[in-house]
Amino acid sequence: MVKRYGALTAVDGLTLTAQRGEVTAILGPNGAGKTTTIEICEGYRAADAGTVRVLGLDPARNLQKLLPRIGVMLQSGGIPPAVPAGEYLRLLSRFHRNPHDPAWLLDTVGLSESKRTPYKRLSGGQQQRLSLAAALIGRPELVFLDEPTAGMDPQARHVTWDLIRALKADGVSVILTTHFMDEAELLSDYVVIIDAGRVVADGSPATLTGSAGQLRFRAEPGLDTDSLLSALPADSAAKESPAGHYLIEVPSGTIEPALLAAVTAWCAERAVLPSSLRIESRTLEDVFLELTGRELRS
Amino acid sequence: MTVQTAARGLFAPAPGAAPMRQMITAQAGLETRTLLRNGEQLTLTLIIPLLLLAAFSLEPLVSFGGGYTRIDFLTPGVIALAVMSTAFTSQAIATGFERRYGVLKRLGAEPLSRTGLIAAKTVTVIGVELGQTVIIMLVALALGWSPNAVPAAVVVVPLLVLLGTAAFSGFALLLAGTLRAEATLAAANLIYVVMLGVGGVVFPLTKFPPGVRSLLELLPTGALSTGLRDVLANGAAFPAKNIVTLAVWAVVGIALAARFFRWE
Repeated sequence: MVKRYGALTAVDGLTLTAQRGEVTAILGPNGAGKTTTIEICEGYRAADAGTVRVLGLDPARNLQKLLPRIGVMLQSGGIPPAVPAGEYLRLLSRFHRNPHDPAWLLDTVGLSESKRTPYKRLSGGQQQRLSLAAALIGRPELVFLDEPTAGMDPQARHVTWDLIRALKADGVSVILTTHFMDEAELLSDYVVIIDAGRVVADGSPATLTGSAGQLRFRAEPGLDTDSLLSALPADSAAKESPAGHYLIEVPSGTIEPALLAAVTAWCAERAVLPSSLRIESRTLEDVFLELTGRELRS
Repeated sequence: MTVQTAARGLFAPAPGAAPMRQMITAQAGLETRTLLRNGEQLTLTLIIPLLLLAAFSLEPLVSFGGGYTRIDFLTPGVIALAVMSTAFTSQAIATGFERRYGVLKRLGAEPLSRTGLIAAKTVTVIGVELGQTVIIMLVALALGWSPNAVPAAVVVVPLLVLLGTAAFSGFALLLAGTLRAEATLAAANLIYVVMLGVGGVVFPLTKFPPGVRSLLELLPTGALSTGLRDVLANGAAFPAKNIVTLAVWAVVGIALAARFFRWE
């Protein structure tokens, strides 16, 4: 799929397949082409080249057949500011043949006490929850959620995660974008990382993070990592980044008890007390930063 | 916060569009309620026309000429103003801000098609106009209005109002769909005030020099007020020139809106 805006190529030969009944997360830095990709699938704009099929339909040609079957949560806005939350959800319910009960859905996203509050007076997190409910009201078989938990407090994020799990359990396909790597790792069956309009990696969260073990600890900065490395098994790697944060990786395997003992013994010899010592596998965030770099995007 | 998501099957897919008529009724209902709840819009569509009707009919502020009583001259003009305020000014401002807030974009993801949305807006505008016209006519009758019209007026007045509505709506959507919301707000209000002055609403177009007068009668507001006055005060059966003028504006306005309107 290709999409250009004048001289800018927002989507540059991107290929991805999201399986029915799965949660697919599209990750990428700002400007990577996530929203453009999703909005092409939702029928808002046509791709300049490539083939797009959503539930077997071409959004550019069969949009009116597709729209009743999908639920859409835009990245922001879209709800008339003066209209009360309950009234807006009731309106949308009238567009569908078998809608959810708006009062029940409002309660499910925790907004029943705000049903008479105009959209503009809801908090950012409440606005997001109303927007999420709006995507679900028509009992869709596929929902597109563009940064669903942006601006939500931790409680609301957990409710949203529960909802997404419930959708998946009931056979609804979910395609979401997010900047929260923990969210993608927790919820999705399939992760697609895109950058500059292309797919740079895809797979299940476990495939992407791999089985490589990591040991992290904090200590005073400037310890001699070369001497640490010489105390460790041959295939290990050790580095300090940023200052005072030490990382030991075993690229081919897992962290063994002997390695932990070697690290603590090395610390004891130097009278160093490590803190925040953790043994873990690579996180999706590590993979993401490795693939898309650490420099800030515009 | 309540979460009732533990039970299975609550979100089992069962998609489908509602019948078109139900969608249009729902959308028109929301738009009408929104408009009636909005104080500024209500001022524009009802309070100003009624104040003009009362003030100019009770006090000889302007000499209308042409042998009309003041209220007989004013009522058709004020109806034309009310139609313009709803179909043009109010609709342009509301749609401009709907576009700005992404409301139109989000509705584009619903089964309600663009045609359905336009139909809902049309139903809203015509419903509000009906209410305005009834109220204005009742107040006018109370102020002594006695229309001089032939029976055909029952058909010709709605025809004039519908053509005027189509013309005003076309240009309302052209403004709202191309300019920023603030620019639409300013332009729509400015045009409203100018047309109030030179649209034959309360100041007779016969007071202008003949060349200027012909031009002003070719504007939508002038054509509508002159046509309505011809039918309701002069007993004319079919003001052909005004009807053709409004029809041409309607075709041009709707064609331009269809060509240049941007949903986002």
